[in-house]
Amino acid sequence: MTNALVEAIADMREEDALALAKKQLADGTPPLEILDACREAMAVIGRRFEAGDCFVPELIMAGEMLKQISELVKPKLTEAAQAQKLGRVLIGTVEGDIHDIGKDIVTFMLDINGYEVKDLGVDVPTAQFVEAVRDFQPQVVGLSGFLTLAYDPMKATIAAMRAAGFTGQVMIGGGQIDDQIREYTGADAYGKDAMAAVALAKTWIGA
Amino acid sequence: MFTPPANWRDLPARDRREARFAAWMALDGKPMATPAAQATFTRHTQRVKDIIDLKKPDRVPLLPFMGSFFAIYGGITAHDVMYDYAKYTQAWLKYNRDFQPDYLVFSGAFNPGKVFDLLDYKVYRWPGRGTPKTQPFQCVEAEYMRADEYDWYIADPEGFYMRGYMPRAFAALSGWAMLPTVFATMELPMIPAFMIPAGLPPVVQSFKAFIAAAEAALEYAGASGQADGQIMAELGLPPLPGGFTKAPFDIIGDTLRGTRAIMMDMYRQPAKLLAALERTVPIAVQMGVGTATGQNNPFVFIPLHKGADGFMSNADFKKFYWPSLKATLIGLVNAGLVPYLFVEGGYNQRLDVIADPEIPAGSTYWTFDKTDMQAVKRKLGGWAAFGGNVPNSMLHAGTPAQVTDYVKQLIDTVAGDGGYAMAAGAVVDEAKPENLHAMFDTCKSYGVY
Repeated sequence: MTNALVEAIADMREEDALALAKKQLADGTPPLEILDACREAMAVIGRRFEAGDCFVPELIMAGEMLKQISELVKPKLTEAAQAQKLGRVLIGTVEGDIHDIGKDIVTFMLDINGYEVKDLGVDVPTAQFVEAVRDFQPQVVGLSGFLTLAYDPMKATIAAMRAAGFTGQVMIGGGQIDDQIREYTGADAYGKDAMAAVALAKTWIGA
Repeated sequence: MFTPPANWRDLPARDRREARFAAWMALDGKPMATPAAQATFTRHTQRVKDIIDLKKPDRVPLLPFMGSFFAIYGGITAHDVMYDYAKYTQAWLKYNRDFQPDYLVFSGAFNPGKVFDLLDYKVYRWPGRGTPKTQPFQCVEAEYMRADEYDWYIADPEGFYMRGYMPRAFAALSGWAMLPTVFATMELPMIPAFMIPAGLPPVVQSFKAFIAAAEAALEYAGASGQADGQIMAELGLPPLPGGFTKAPFDIIGDTLRGTRAIMMDMYRQPAKLLAALERTVPIAVQMGVGTATGQNNPFVFIPLHKGADGFMSNADFKKFYWPSLKATLIGLVNAGLVPYLFVEGGYNQRLDVIADPEIPAGSTYWTFDKTDMQAVKRKLGGWAAFGGNVPNSMLHAGTPAQVTDYVKQLIDTVAGDGGYAMAAGAVVDEAKPENLHAMFDTCKSYGVY
């Protein structure tokens, strides 16, 4: 039965997925089992994304289905059900840039892969990153920026976090980011999409 | 303004294009300041015409699309560009004089802040109004068309824009939501009822804001025309790209539905989305024809956004993105225009689809960002003019020597048969002046055929 839910989510059959989740809950399936099915489906979608069989619409639809199923399941969850997180990732779009679509997808994929993600939003000043690094103690920081005008704020943010004693890893991403900009900003790596960000987190923090 | 000849309806697309090019090359009969400027103008217009015709010009044309580089170079802020026309003019003149580009490529960064202030525009943030004064305007996506409004849009796109979209996109025009349909003017007894809403206070307020914004737009047009007229006359640079339109998928995805919503529509209501895309084709064509004709320019600039590699599968690209874009391109070509496609991101997976034999050879120009240029040459060479791909990251973080090598390599590997222009991959904002000089100088010296 759980497999049918996995398949419905992975194959983007939204109505079927929601109906199945509702039916399973009504039939007494433990809420955690339903959430496990969601995670399993996301793993399938993640593999398809890496293989070039799934793209942004599928990630967005999956996110939407998961949100709806979580809302159904949440009232029946006990606190003990909170899954252990693998590690902490701080993320945000750098100062002066207000683009959020790519960053939101990365946040979602990291979250679904078991990382505790703190998202500072867009147009985040350097000082706010430094403060959040101190308070949240992330192992990894992800900086996003869509414009070429994000290059210098990225560089400044990384320098400021390093100066404040951050010793973890920094990854950057966005439309005009490449290896030359990784070198220019002093980031440890750049990722071309959300799965690349997950892969980097797995390498650095573990899975 | 391009005035079509009397026999326009009988002319085939090729002849229409020749007529548009001839009018552009005559520049409405405006004289250049010097014979040298006139010679430059003639040489540069012919050069870009040659590449569209898939010929070898005298040398590779230089066609980078300008963003806010000129402002940074001229020491003014993004806020100055949008609010202080004197400062803008000075910086714009300085860039064009110092760099001597081949064309007067309109800077996308130059837009009138006052107009957007007066309209209380919501779809973008701009310097001092949501972005720092040093950063250019940026779009903020939202669902300005709701999921259940496709039927309204499909039945009456202009009515939807006027009474649905605009009151949401421009807070100062919120009164327009109360306007009746213009069809309510078709008989004498209907006209009083039609006029009444326009007299109600919220609608009156909206029209006042509309007129104030229109006056501010005229002021901007005057400043813009004066600066560009001076550069054209002094340096002989032909204006490009002229008209503007968008791919129907981007028209609906960028500012009506937003990325998230349109991508969910692909699953939740594909039939409505497809019907809306089809409905948008004549609008996209008309927008391109109208703007290019108004500018007396054969080119129509079309930035491509949501169809790039990674955004959707090739199957979805063929189903949702390409058919309405292709129909738009064919519509523009039939009107004698040259679509100037600005292909953002990567298009490696799409090359086989876009090189569509139903689009006539020698009728379009494609500028690429992160697409493999060897593959572009293989797939598009002999069918369409192409260019682009000088990395913006290198222009900012690289060295002049690196840029020089990159430009030479592009010329060596993909420019040989003509039909090719040199351009940066994306809009030029951040760049080291010495790197941009290296790009321009190398193209001018090494790019001679």
